[in-house]
Amino acid sequence: MLLIRCPYCEEERPELEFRNAGEAHIARSTNIAGESDDDFEKFFFIRSNPKGVIYERWRHMHGCARFFNAVRDTVTDKFIMTYKAGEPKPAKLPGASK
Amino acid sequence: MKKYSVFAIAREAMRGHKGWEEQWSSPEPKKEYDVIIVGAGGHGLATAYYLATVHGITNVAVLEKGWLGGGNTGRNTTIIRSNYLYDESAGIYDHALKLWDGLSQELNYNVMYSARGVMMLAHNVHDIQVLKRHVHANRLNGIDNEWLTPEQAKEFCPPLNISKDARYPVVGAALQRRGGTARHDAVAWGYARGASARGVHIIQNCEVTGVKRAANGAVTGVDTTRGFIGAKKVGVVAAGHSSVIMNMAGVRMPLESYPLQALVSEPVKPVVPCVIMSNTVHAYISQSDKGELVIGAGTDQYVSYSQTGGLHILQHTLDAICEMFPIFTRMKMLRSWGGIVDVTPDRSPILAKTPVKGLYVNCGWGTGGFKATPGSGHVFAHTIAKDDPHPINAPFTIERFRTGRLIDEAAAAAVAH
Amino acid sequence: MSISFRISGAGRLKQAKTARFSFDGQAYTGVEGDTLASALLANGVHLVGRSFKYHRPRGFLSAGAEEPNALVQIVRDDARKTPNVRATVQELYDGLTANSQNRWPSLAFDVGAVNDIASPLFSAGFYYKTFMWPKAAWKSLYEPKIRAAAGLGVSPDKPDPDHYGARYAHCEVLVLGGGAAGIAAALAAAETGVRVILADEQAEFGGSLRFEAGARIDGEDGFAWAQAAIARLKAMDNVRLLTRTTAFGYYAQNFVGLVERVSDHLQNPGRELARERLWQVRASRVVLATGAIERHMVFADNDRPGVMLASAARTYLNHYGVAVGRNVGVYTANDSAYAAAIDLKKAGVNIAAIVDLRDNPTGPVIDEARGLGIEINFGRAVVRAGGKLRVSSMTVQPKNGGGERTIPVDAILMSAGWTPSVHLFSQSRGKVAFNEETRRFVPGTYAQDCVSVGACNGTDGLDATVDEAYAAGAKAAKEAGGKAGKGAKPKVDASESWSRGMLGAAPGAGQGTTVKAFVDFQNDVTAKDIRQAVHEGMHSIEHVKRFTTNGMATDQGKTSNMHGLAIAAETLGKPIPQVGLTTFRAPYTPVTFGSIVGHARGALFDPTRRTAIHPWAAAQGAVFEDVGQWKRAWYFPRGAEDMHAAVDRECVTVRKTAGLFDASTLGKIEVVGPDAAKFMELLYTNPWEKLEPGRCRYGIMLREDGFIYDDGVVGRLAPDRFHVTTTTGGAPRVMHHMEDYLQTEFPHLNVWLTSITEQWAVIAVQGPKSRDIIAPLVEGIDMSDEALPHMSVREGKICGVPTRLFRMSFTGERGFEVNVPADYGQAVWEALWAEGQKHGACAYGTESMHVLRAEKGYIIVGQDTDGTVTPNDAALDWAVGKKKPDFVGIRGMARPDLVAKGRKQLVGLKTKDPKVVLEEGAQIVEDPGQAIPMKMIGHVTSSYWSENCGRSIALALVAGGRDRMGKTLYVPMPNGTIEVEVTGMVFFDEKGERLNG
Repeated sequence: MLLIRCPYCEEERPELEFRNAGEAHIARSTNIAGESDDDFEKFFFIRSNPKGVIYERWRHMHGCARFFNAVRDTVTDKFIMTYKAGEPKPAKLPGASK
Repeated sequence: MKKYSVFAIAREAMRGHKGWEEQWSSPEPKKEYDVIIVGAGGHGLATAYYLATVHGITNVAVLEKGWLGGGNTGRNTTIIRSNYLYDESAGIYDHALKLWDGLSQELNYNVMYSARGVMMLAHNVHDIQVLKRHVHANRLNGIDNEWLTPEQAKEFCPPLNISKDARYPVVGAALQRRGGTARHDAVAWGYARGASARGVHIIQNCEVTGVKRAANGAVTGVDTTRGFIGAKKVGVVAAGHSSVIMNMAGVRMPLESYPLQALVSEPVKPVVPCVIMSNTVHAYISQSDKGELVIGAGTDQYVSYSQTGGLHILQHTLDAICEMFPIFTRMKMLRSWGGIVDVTPDRSPILAKTPVKGLYVNCGWGTGGFKATPGSGHVFAHTIAKDDPHPINAPFTIERFRTGRLIDEAAAAAVAH
Repeated sequence: MSISFRISGAGRLKQAKTARFSFDGQAYTGVEGDTLASALLANGVHLVGRSFKYHRPRGFLSAGAEEPNALVQIVRDDARKTPNVRATVQELYDGLTANSQNRWPSLAFDVGAVNDIASPLFSAGFYYKTFMWPKAAWKSLYEPKIRAAAGLGVSPDKPDPDHYGARYAHCEVLVLGGGAAGIAAALAAAETGVRVILADEQAEFGGSLRFEAGARIDGEDGFAWAQAAIARLKAMDNVRLLTRTTAFGYYAQNFVGLVERVSDHLQNPGRELARERLWQVRASRVVLATGAIERHMVFADNDRPGVMLASAARTYLNHYGVAVGRNVGVYTANDSAYAAAIDLKKAGVNIAAIVDLRDNPTGPVIDEARGLGIEINFGRAVVRAGGKLRVSSMTVQPKNGGGERTIPVDAILMSAGWTPSVHLFSQSRGKVAFNEETRRFVPGTYAQDCVSVGACNGTDGLDATVDEAYAAGAKAAKEAGGKAGKGAKPKVDASESWSRGMLGAAPGAGQGTTVKAFVDFQNDVTAKDIRQAVHEGMHSIEHVKRFTTNGMATDQGKTSNMHGLAIAAETLGKPIPQVGLTTFRAPYTPVTFGSIVGHARGALFDPTRRTAIHPWAAAQGAVFEDVGQWKRAWYFPRGAEDMHAAVDRECVTVRKTAGLFDASTLGKIEVVGPDAAKFMELLYTNPWEKLEPGRCRYGIMLREDGFIYDDGVVGRLAPDRFHVTTTTGGAPRVMHHMEDYLQTEFPHLNVWLTSITEQWAVIAVQGPKSRDIIAPLVEGIDMSDEALPHMSVREGKICGVPTRLFRMSFTGERGFEVNVPADYGQAVWEALWAEGQKHGACAYGTESMHVLRAEKGYIIVGQDTDGTVTPNDAALDWAVGKKKPDFVGIRGMARPDLVAKGRKQLVGLKTKDPKVVLEEGAQIVEDPGQAIPMKMIGHVTSSYWSENCGRSIALALVAGGRDRMGKTLYVPMPNGTIEVEVTGMVFFDEKGERLNG
């Protein structure tokens, strides 16, 4: 069971309180009705599924109920950081050598 | 390839089993092959086997980053069935089931396909509606699947709890008698032996690190930890790692990889005579030839390549097993493990040509790929050999996510109203 | 039994009371504090089991959790029979009943042992090569025989009356293993004041100090020091001590699962005590002090009862006071077995000879053994054990060949060296490293905040172990926030040293031999099986393991893995690290399902949700159905009515007078805020901006892919307030879906969402008399059709409590849904019921609700739609706002396949024979004469007998359905094909006049 830091509650809580909500930073177009089939496919179906660092969404379902973003290594399942929904994708990760 | 038989065993017994030949050879990679298969799991090895036996293409390499059969083939709970709802799914899984029956003889390797019956339990009115829809569709598709009352279900599986006082009582069941289990390692080894004997190179400890493409975009080969290996046709059958390999070729996939856990109990004398599955209480169980109860769990909720998962997932699974079988609480979990399953948005596989010339992909089997192994290998070999899908796998394209022509078995099961 | 192997003056059980027990029906006595193993050995019993494949007689290999042979069935009563219990772990209690397993008719005479004679046929993986002809015989003959022969014990056949506990705990330092290392680490950590948990699998702390007679710490005997140290720890508030507790799984982020065996050692545990307890501990730091496990020597017939690990014999002597024989041989490749010989010799047991593979080892233990007059043979091997049901001799030969000599013995003690227990370290995803010099795998790269100390870290010697452990305990505590400790490090005065030993087959069982030299006892894997696997192309250790089943038995290879690996490596001609080590998987030792399940059984398997009106319905004799976690009243039978009779009556009554229905389970969400209407515009297909306060609308929610996700009636209570209803099963996911969009896609909207499902009980009153029933109880709401038309909502009071009164209908009749605070739900229901009785109204359940709505063609999301249905497919285009620029699903539903011709569309079906009721889920074809596989064009989604229509009715999804109106289609059933006509979806009151009737 993972231990996840909720950036709103500012504490680590067990995974049972959270629900994963898939890949982060996939914006819904403000003109979604006008998108091409290809663009809609990219938006709704295509996923990075990285072996390594993933940017993903979680919801503190049984806590503050807020959605937030996390950076996690999918090989070790270790969290690198979490941040609030709406904040930009971090340019530099803590502990990253480059 | 020396034939296996009871006589061969008797002969070898006389000389201390020293005359057995290697089941597959371990050759050095050549510079170029006609076809490269990435991934020596059951599906990849079956593909190579059928390329050789059906299509006469033997200049084939199967590249494996670890040891053959060491991924999901060697980690799954070996359930075999074909009672799927949609014609497309029923088509491919029943194609596989027909090949399972007779596979030991075809491969001269006992894969221990055991038609013990797969029973899916209904616990409420909604389950009945969904399972009966399957039963009727299967019947008209020529696939056996019959409806049982709770009493009939108990007769078929005596340890099952059908008490009306259960939290979710059993109110009926759908039984596919041809469904069952097989010995997972034997499937990989049998295909490997058959393919190797026909000249296919199975190259273990050889990880693909890149996919090379020519100026016109066509595939020219793969970079590996053992150097570049050329081929004009590359089939990616890498299960949980499929999107990693496809990314190397510049193709982004509608896939996500999740941990899936399973466990076995200590071995006991025969007690569970069939496979039992329940979507509502969410677990499945069978008993292996060795006597272990083989129990499957759901996936963890997050993308991971760690091959491990949380204890709470096993907890939910055992809760469910002990709800269906209250006599098992004193049994003991002997071993648990995790695999990585690649899941598509409609939970159906992709078995298709790709936008890249010479690149083919067979992935997205989610939690249910083992049962399809022979059928999947058979039609994927056809797709690669003919550069055109077999009618059975023609619907399983990548493009369906753009057009919306999904094959969504899970959505068809719907949700309680 | 008169023969006793209990040595007077030896061991620590001196004051103990006797305990009677039985094994295979034979009565014995032991003493409290014994394990079943030590008690049987005290009675001279070695034969306790049969092996898996060859049914070879087996005795005790070990004195602990690594035991592969001595598995028994413990029988407390008819319902509490536990298979595969290790006799070396099971503590004795008065009245214990144990039986041997996997033998017939008896342990001493087992028919299955014929397999041993035929064993040349049963080589590694033989079953992959045969049983294929004739094909049909696999299912009818071979497989049943194989299955009957396999398995060890017998599964219980009755529900388990015992219960199992569960605890969660947090601590700064979790110490796993309570030997010298674990105790030292725990002392150091505890002295800093942080929370410490120390767990050990044994009944008492001490670990190998239980048998290491030569250890002295702080001036005391090692085991006595351990007890004193534990007493100090016990007195500290910040320390929790757990005995009989095995850490079985090391999960992500220092999450460790442990099982405490609470009452299996008690004669009469009573009902209150759990049998076992699961501990789930999250620790800042973990100290692994899991020790090492001694390996056996791999030589011919090394499995005979009486052949055991040297440390086991020492444990039986030094802890339990039991001699494992009277004339004992020793076979070793390292020093530690000498200590066993010395201890036994001093206790008066004859040591027939020590056979040492090493050429000229020197050291104090060797000198001491020699001084005691024990015969020592260097450079020699035991090439064979004699005897069958009990070892009777050992045959000794110079290790490079030469003359044999057979020495009579009644036990052989073996030691091939010690394997560090890196199981938990490996489970923590740490990477082990092979130490070429000591030929051991030891912790290499760490993946989590843990540290290994002592024998499991490859640290030799008690002095070094205590030093390392104490320092590690202090460091872990400090890193986790502890203050500097004030205690003193324990001082080791005397210790025993362990040396290396050997891996793989001993001389006489090497390459080219065909003897049965067991590597894995339980699974009957011999050295030659491993070599055969390699010859057959199994070059990865994982292949070797799977092909031979080495290490896959209930002991999971604790004694066999390293030997197997070494034999494979030798056969391959490769160094051990290149062949690799198999993965260590949880659990460390087998864990009872019940411990993992805890109290999540029966009614507690899943929460049961009941409405406020449930008690009333139950008292009326309602039959309930499960819908998600809810119990819903399904129908209300009167007298001898069956379901059909009850439903017919209920349906007719509703349309004739009125009916009351408990709709409380419907999901309810309040959408509030200045931008509430904008939000609703985006989340539902319908337009909402212009809906006037006080009015309702039927809303459809899609997923982004354009398929119907949920539906429900939405009331606008105020310009900034919507009362949204959802399906019963959909409530949580609809709430989640709304929150997701609100928080992440449309955060600019000023809206709050509140789940109010459980705040409001909902009583539907439907039928021509519904207004007459409600009106007398309502205050402050004008109930006239003009003031309260169909699809409107008002707030007021009913029976003096607040209500949100909806005028709406899911039956096609004049209808209302009365929302009242849940606490008043039953009271208001009873008041309405009393009014209803004046008009002849009935209570109706979910089945009648389904029939009544189907008569009107109202769909149920999840039954008539299934996640692949668009609004157009469901004939709900009218509910999609055509002028809206955006809503969730707007793009998805425009994809090519979703607007293609020939999609399945929802239509009505009437059977040609009105009495025939179709089966839900039945498939529909155009041409009934076609051969199988048939072309199916749709299926029946809802189907009922309608007493109101006097015929059966059905809804179905049919390809191009709306173009087939009036056409005849066919439903092929097993006993005949049913003809049906495609119709509209409304079967009753097509004009909808009754809504105001």
